[in-house]
Amino acid sequence: MSAHADPTLWVRSRSKPSALAKLFDNKTFLIFICLAPALGLLLVFLTYPLGLGIYLSFTDTQLGKPGVWVGLENFQYLLTDRVFLNTVWNTIFYTAAATAAKFALGLWLALLLNENVPLKSLLRAIILLPWITPTVLSAIAFGWIYDPQFSIISYVFKHLGLISTNFDFLGTPWHARWSLVVANTWRGIPFVAISLLAGLQTISPSLYEAAMLDGASGWQRFRRVTVPLLMPILAVVLTFSVLFTFADFQLVYAITRGGPINSTHLMATLAFQRGIPGAALGEGAAIAVSMIPFLVIATLFSYFAVGNRKWQQGSDDDV
Amino acid sequence: MNIITRRSALLTGAAAIGAAALPKFALSAIPIGNATPPKLPIESGATLRVLRPTKFLDPDEVIFRANIAKFTEQFKVPVRVDFVGWEDLRPQVGVAANTGAGPDIVVAWPDDPHLFSDKLVELSDIAEYLGQKYGGWYYLAEKYGKKWGTNNWIAIPMGGSGGPAVYRKKWVQEAGFDTFPTDPADFLKLCQNLKKNGHPAGFALGNAVGDANAFAQNLLWSHGGFLVDEDNKVAINSKETIEALKYAKELYPTFIPGTISWNDASNNKAFFAEEIGLTQNGVSIYFAFKNDPKYAAQAADTDHAPMPLGVSKTRAEQALILNAMVFKHTKYPNAAKEFIRFMMEQEQYEPWLAGCLGYWAQPLKAYAQSAVWTSDPKIAAYRDTCGLQYWNGFKGPISQASGAATADYVLVQMFAAVASGQATAEDAVKEAERRAKRFYR
Repeated sequence: MSAHADPTLWVRSRSKPSALAKLFDNKTFLIFICLAPALGLLLVFLTYPLGLGIYLSFTDTQLGKPGVWVGLENFQYLLTDRVFLNTVWNTIFYTAAATAAKFALGLWLALLLNENVPLKSLLRAIILLPWITPTVLSAIAFGWIYDPQFSIISYVFKHLGLISTNFDFLGTPWHARWSLVVANTWRGIPFVAISLLAGLQTISPSLYEAAMLDGASGWQRFRRVTVPLLMPILAVVLTFSVLFTFADFQLVYAITRGGPINSTHLMATLAFQRGIPGAALGEGAAIAVSMIPFLVIATLFSYFAVGNRKWQQGSDDDV
Repeated sequence: MNIITRRSALLTGAAAIGAAALPKFALSAIPIGNATPPKLPIESGATLRVLRPTKFLDPDEVIFRANIAKFTEQFKVPVRVDFVGWEDLRPQVGVAANTGAGPDIVVAWPDDPHLFSDKLVELSDIAEYLGQKYGGWYYLAEKYGKKWGTNNWIAIPMGGSGGPAVYRKKWVQEAGFDTFPTDPADFLKLCQNLKKNGHPAGFALGNAVGDANAFAQNLLWSHGGFLVDEDNKVAINSKETIEALKYAKELYPTFIPGTISWNDASNNKAFFAEEIGLTQNGVSIYFAFKNDPKYAAQAADTDHAPMPLGVSKTRAEQALILNAMVFKHTKYPNAAKEFIRFMMEQEQYEPWLAGCLGYWAQPLKAYAQSAVWTSDPKIAAYRDTCGLQYWNGFKGPISQASGAATADYVLVQMFAAVASGQATAEDAVKEAERRAKRFYR
């Protein structure tokens, strides 16, 4: 056909792009436009409150009364305040103990769920339950479990004739601390387990087959195949878990209010107690701001000490 | 403007149901003085938003809402009322005060008006009118209602919840006391005997804002100690306080185990379950027994009495005052004042007072003649709750500092540390002094 002879006939003449179209063709502009909403949200809901919090920590602002700049006075006082120092130590203990427990149990659970067990999907869904229960509800439930008079655990043990007086779950500093660690662990395991399970599933079965052909034992396969390949995701999950636990508020506030005698106060609960019910916004903010260095250190530690840097930068792992 | 939202429709619905369900209330013959209400022409188009703590007893909310419905009907002012959790109130009030927006009226906690005093509408006109009409204000109502050291009312106290001793008569008799002891030494003896008989006492010493502070304050005041003196100087480190601490150390082993971790609800639960025979509380425990026919025997056996006086000349207790305040940011200050005045008038106030069985005891003296107080002799200990002569941060002014010391459990933890053996009396009092000095700087 002759139509084929002149292909130019079929090319539509292009109108010149408008200024607007040109603008949208500009990559820099497009990036900016696409980022703007997210950036706006971050500025309004993250940067501003954080900045305000840091500013307040350098003032003696009270609830309902503007304050004046006092420099480091709040922090200086806190360094001499036994209640605060105790709280810092509590928070570190709480985070360390709960995170360790969550990881040990979470990893174990993930490994079990990674095996071929019957009703696997259902089991995985059930595992998530503690995590999707609203924290306050689980806190109230644990409050009852630990109740000095009406604890279900004490009740059962008493009726089995094993104890004569109720367990004192919250009555001494160490009992209370461990009780809260258990409650936090119960809540946090699903997050760790499911995340690690996702990590486990990315490990190619052929690696295990190869290891098995080489005669590796179960422990060796875990130690030499699973652990190294799980490290990257472990770092991320660890970071998140530490952040969540360190900044925990609800469990402690609902179960002990920081008692007995401040032995279970976390920095978040003390910041609230001093800042809102105590109306000393400046000091409350200073306590909250004091959490930042700890969180930064924890984050850096997880990323640099545990994290697989190559993987995080997008290059291949040593597979 | 009157936009009917789903919420407000629900609210008016609930109020209408509440009003319909209420039996006709027979007002008591209380002495009413001659007083003319201040002229407060209601702004046209006025609407009000009220914030108050959530109910502890059902009638508290039902009758409160019914009274609001009456106000709306009479003055054509739509009112929206929000009931918030006791501990959520302070954050919300703080936001309202800091931003200058939000509820017009807040029925808040005792210290709140004193924190935000420069943001509040002065209420002296209605306070003076109400005082004149209803036999004057009680001591504590005046303390908490007026700005410290002035004669200007910044809040209208609507009621006070007291914390006398709540006990089972039979068990106290078995412990050898036909009348409830007023002396700390006898009180100790009573607690020891109760423990021996298997019906121990239980007083909160955990971080329980209401109950634990009430107990700690009674221990301190009945021994003559106080947190700060009249000049607002921290004065907790005294031999009286040490005495009180040593007494607490003797008393604590007689309690049911675990009171050091008790919260505000623990003593109620334990008393219901008959695990304890003596505690300190508002009328709510008795109210619950009394309103459940299954517990008729327990209700009959429950009684109230003042906590030990010790060296104090008056009852060594204070009250949780419901303190109504009007923010300057309201567009309808007259409507707001009229609302508070209306709620305090006998037609509205007495049904509420009686319905709650005196849970919020009256701040105005004439209401002491209300039939509710003679209808049940067992609640007599609550009648003059607002006449108590102690307050948070006694003997100093009511201020941010006194509120902060209470919120930080300075007294509670001082007693708890000594009672549980974690600190000596001397160390605990020094620590309390150090902490108090931070608030009173």
